Amino acid sequence: MAKTIGVVRFLGTNCDEDIYKAVEQVGAKAKWLWYQDSFNEAEVDGVVVPGGFSYGDYLRCGALAAKSTVMDSVEEFAKKGKPVLGICNGFQVLCERKLLPGVLLKNDSGKFIDQWSGLTPVSKDSFWSIKADVKFPIAHGEGKFFIDSENLKSISDNDQIWLKYSDNPNGSVSDIAGVLNKEKNVAGLMPHPERAMHDWMGGSDGVSLLERFL
Amino acid sequence: MTKYGIKVLPKKEVLDSQGRAVQSVLEKAGFSLDDCHIGKYFEVKTDKGEVEIKKMAEYVLFNPLIEEITIESL
Repeated sequence: MAKTIGVVRFLGTNCDEDIYKAVEQVGAKAKWLWYQDSFNEAEVDGVVVPGGFSYGDYLRCGALAAKSTVMDSVEEFAKKGKPVLGICNGFQVLCERKLLPGVLLKNDSGKFIDQWSGLTPVSKDSFWSIKADVKFPIAHGEGKFFIDSENLKSISDNDQIWLKYSDNPNGSVSDIAGVLNKEKNVAGLMPHPERAMHDWMGGSDGVSLLERFL
Repeated sequence: MTKYGIKVLPKKEVLDSQGRAVQSVLEKAGFSLDDCHIGKYFEVKTDKGEVEIKKMAEYVLFNPLIEEITIESL
């Protein structure tokens, strides 16, 4: 039976339709998860927290969305070892919820960056591990991954560094584009795999990443 | 009911691009300054006391990875 992937929607989420289609493209069933509602872990096999500007990026990006009802359910779901993926603003939300280490800051250049970026997988042996280098679009103003040196050592020792940029466009610590939680079932990245699903989009490497859910 | 002020500033090791931009404009205008930081300020009224304010701050008002806070009663 096809897997069902929950797609979280906050007010201000704007990559929700894209990820919904991308999930269906790889052969899963997509299901909306509204930010004010809780959900039962049996309803879905995986969860995506998509990109956008939840709560208008008020206070700190992702900070207010991290406290919403749906995120209580996402946390419970994650604690059961089920797969959760945060993309762009979804990554920020997962960091603010402390389901992932670190935090995302303004890009070093101070500019919103919109371009394709090459990524190299680092963690090689977990649910979210991908085999080869990929190319995804990035589109963010606050995508610089930051973590202090002590915690950087700890995530590095625990093999939690998931993806690194080949060109580090935003000043991220240690070129980090995506990280995993300690248990490796929660993953977050700034680049957008759902915008790389067909050759006409400029590349289709997103397929291999979203197929991890199946 | 007491009013509290909660000041949130970026930690020294975090690049404060806003503070740096303002500093450069002030310096260009001839002002002499060593440092300039931009943060956030919250005013909260509660009868629950400073312990409760601290809890609020830790719950969502600041991120200890990148920011530090000062609480004052007004």
